[in-house]
Amino acid sequence: MKPVSFDYCAPQTLDEALDALGKGGPSASILAGGQSLMPMLNMRVARPALLVDINRIGSLARLAPAPDCLSVGALVRHADLLANAEIRRGWPLLAEATSMIGHPAIRNRGTVCGSVAHADPAAEHPGVLLAMDATVVIASASRRRELPAREFFVAMLTTALERGEMIVELRYPRLPAGTGTGYVEVARRHGAFAIAGVAAALTMRDGVCQSARISVVGVNDTAFRAEAAEAALRAKNLGAAEGARAFAAAAREVAAVVNPIDDVHASSSYRRHLAGVLTQRALEKALARAGGN
Amino acid sequence: MAKEQRIKLSVNGRTYEKNVSVRQSLADFIREELNLTGTHLGCEHGVCGACTVLLNGRSARSCLTLAVQADGAEIVTVEGLGAADGTLHPLQDAFHRNFALQCGYCTPGFLITALELLRQNPNPSEEEVREALSGNLCRCTGYQAIVDAVLSMAGKPLA
Repeated sequence: MKPVSFDYCAPQTLDEALDALGKGGPSASILAGGQSLMPMLNMRVARPALLVDINRIGSLARLAPAPDCLSVGALVRHADLLANAEIRRGWPLLAEATSMIGHPAIRNRGTVCGSVAHADPAAEHPGVLLAMDATVVIASASRRRELPAREFFVAMLTTALERGEMIVELRYPRLPAGTGTGYVEVARRHGAFAIAGVAAALTMRDGVCQSARISVVGVNDTAFRAEAAEAALRAKNLGAAEGARAFAAAAREVAAVVNPIDDVHASSSYRRHLAGVLTQRALEKALARAGGN
Repeated sequence: MAKEQRIKLSVNGRTYEKNVSVRQSLADFIREELNLTGTHLGCEHGVCGACTVLLNGRSARSCLTLAVQADGAEIVTVEGLGAADGTLHPLQDAFHRNFALQCGYCTPGFLITALELLRQNPNPSEEEVREALSGNLCRCTGYQAIVDAVLSMAGKPLA
């Protein structure tokens, strides 16, 4: 359980870090919170020739809630989000999902951008990123680009990041007035990886759904948006009886489109069942909270 | 970019300056270079919590932190809790009184995790205690007595 030998640098500026990453060869890796990378190093699943530690770059710890958008820099830890009352109020979906990540020591070190870059299919952050149509800001030594969340996740642990690139910032838009959100998951115990999880947001006006967002984690090889289920909810009246019918239909739709794996934690059919049940619960939570808006 | 680097850090209030291999974990550094063997290694991949230390006042898995990353940091390990004359820290005493340990392997990690919880939230509910301790595994005595020990510290001074 010891990592292979590697080179290490801890630059003071982003430019130096991107330069080192660009010159570091195909296996060079960014070290941020280390809560996913370090286990992979210890187990020698990852064998980078170079680690570029960004923990000394103070500017990357910027966490800036603004009227229209929340900016989360590459060094913002899960615990930083939870400690911020403005984020709990203005981006409740992000705060709710973050509270279910790992344990205190993990949340103190692990970063939001790192979790997104790692792209574990069962992780919470990719699901929230998709549900909120957030933007991923990517930089390398030679260019800077922005990608919508929907174009970022490619496959299990695989993203649109290219060699020499890192995520420098995530931008979460503030959801429209009248929106309620809910994140629910089933895990063996608090903080364990989700067997399945669902993030939902409903924007309501006079009891009618203006827009629905549903993203699902833990069941397919990446987090994904359940677009057909979302479309079926749009313009629907979500009063008591109609709402219950519409949510049950959304749950069936999600269960029908997922393609879960069998593993030691849960069977494929159990995960499929959970994806449906959790969709319904997340939508119920979102609707109840939209009422308060 | 050397494979070795000189670091200076404070551990339990004492300053150390040493050369370290950049791939050495903070846990191995604490145990093998400083001979502070109270910090235990269970899983070495961030699951069991036995190696938890305070890094600049916040709990961290020392198996998931490189020693070189602790350059300039202040570390507290289980050896830093009690007094120099061997008097137990009030939290250690609470573990003692509540029979909250059996083999003791997981205890250092539980103590550090519980200390951070009580500093942030001096009157936690049972649910909050269980959630805070959920990242620490005990394989013998079970969790009830550990939760009782932490709850017995509610509202009490930590020093």
